[in-house]
Amino acid sequence: MKLLAFSGRTAKEILRDPLNLFFGLGFPLVLLFLLSAIQANVPVPMFEIGHLSPGVAVFGLAFLTLFAAQLIAKDRESALLQRLYTTPLTAVDFILGYLLPVLPMAVAQGIVCYAAALCLGLELNAGLLWGLLALLPVALFYVSLGLLCGSAMNVKAVGGVCGALLTNLSAWLSGIWFDVALVGGWFERLANVLPFIHAVELERAALAGDLAAALPHLWWVLGYAVVTAAGAVGLFLRQMRT
Amino acid sequence: MYAIETRGLTKRYKDVIAVDALELAVEQGELFSLLGVNGAGKTTTIKMLCCLARPTAGDALLMGRSILTDTGRVKEVIGMSPQETAVAPNLSVRENLALMCGVHGLDRETGRRKTGELLERFSLGPVEKKRAGKLSGGWQRRLSLAMALVSDPEVLFLDEPTLGLDVLARSELWDAIRALKGKTTIILTTHYMEEAEALSDRIGVMKDGKLLALDTAAELKAKTGTEKFEDAFIQIVKGAGK
Repeated sequence: MKLLAFSGRTAKEILRDPLNLFFGLGFPLVLLFLLSAIQANVPVPMFEIGHLSPGVAVFGLAFLTLFAAQLIAKDRESALLQRLYTTPLTAVDFILGYLLPVLPMAVAQGIVCYAAALCLGLELNAGLLWGLLALLPVALFYVSLGLLCGSAMNVKAVGGVCGALLTNLSAWLSGIWFDVALVGGWFERLANVLPFIHAVELERAALAGDLAAALPHLWWVLGYAVVTAAGAVGLFLRQMRT
Repeated sequence: MYAIETRGLTKRYKDVIAVDALELAVEQGELFSLLGVNGAGKTTTIKMLCCLARPTAGDALLMGRSILTDTGRVKEVIGMSPQETAVAPNLSVRENLALMCGVHGLDRETGRRKTGELLERFSLGPVEKKRAGKLSGGWQRRLSLAMALVSDPEVLFLDEPTLGLDVLARSELWDAIRALKGKTTIILTTHYMEEAEALSDRIGVMKDGKLLALDTAAELKAKTGTEKFEDAFIQIVKGAGK
């Protein structure tokens, strides 16, 4: 009951912010339609709908970090968290209350993205279900990163780090818009040790129904998600105690 | 049994002693004000009593429950309205109250009844559907106080509840606080001398973490030979510096 009340509030705070809706749903859709229009005029394999849409679905999740981090940082600054710390809510209630409501939002975001992709010619098959399922570990990584940043930074810093920096990293180092192998060298090596490219490859393989190809990328994403979640929980608890 | 009993309560931050071996006993149903200049240790005292900061030494009992060893049960009997307005901005007034009912574990029916009761008691009806973030400072403070009362706390902490309010809004909030006198033990911190004098049963004056004086406003004036309470306060604080 306590967790339900707190997670319900998290969901309402995020969903009622029009900017969140624009960046979470509108912006990825604009990219999808825009790049599909380019693809229609100048065909590029990178922007074929089956290749592009999983990338856009993953890119949209990067904004979840910003939403979660902003909410937590604002709660800390406004003393709402201080008030809630004096209630019987436990540390587990707080952490799950911030994390859990964002996961269905990630799936909903994926559904909207793939629904638009279907209109643009994506084939309807069982791979779509795998694709939606594969979004969950990616979302867990991004939301945990939000909890981590929201616990460590103020609202202004969160905007810069999770808004500008992270979305750029997610764009440049993910292989969504161009093949990182074309750049090669340190750029490709860096991209391959970070989670972004693996999240996109996981999603592409899952959507194609190629679960064997998805598995190695799943471990990368899960590894990053677990480490980030552990760091976020540790930092949040430390901040809660002080 | 005292509502609050502190025993050598101390908080040290590196070289600074924020609260120095505080010995205090507050009767049940009493409205007790803590006064002091900035950095006197009022807010730190409240934070320790609300289990938001762990004492460096000493202990305090709230309704017989230790803030060191029984924090869970202490949280069951306290309510807090922090210095900054601590409301969820994208939730309506009614939803903010419902949130507090939920995190205190009230079932749906009890929560609905309690929310209606508080909306009426604090005359929040006209703004119940408005988002809290859109309310004026006075309304937000009133909501903040109502949120602190959701669990019918036996001990209520009000940290500068009227800070930044205009005269009318302050007077309305005073009425709300007066209505609680006798039923709830209230610990109030404030910078407004007339507020402390008008509302309190007893007043404690702090400076540099130490309790310099403790009595009724009338007695403090008599002891210092002053007519105005503000002069009494100044004399007590300045006297300690000599």
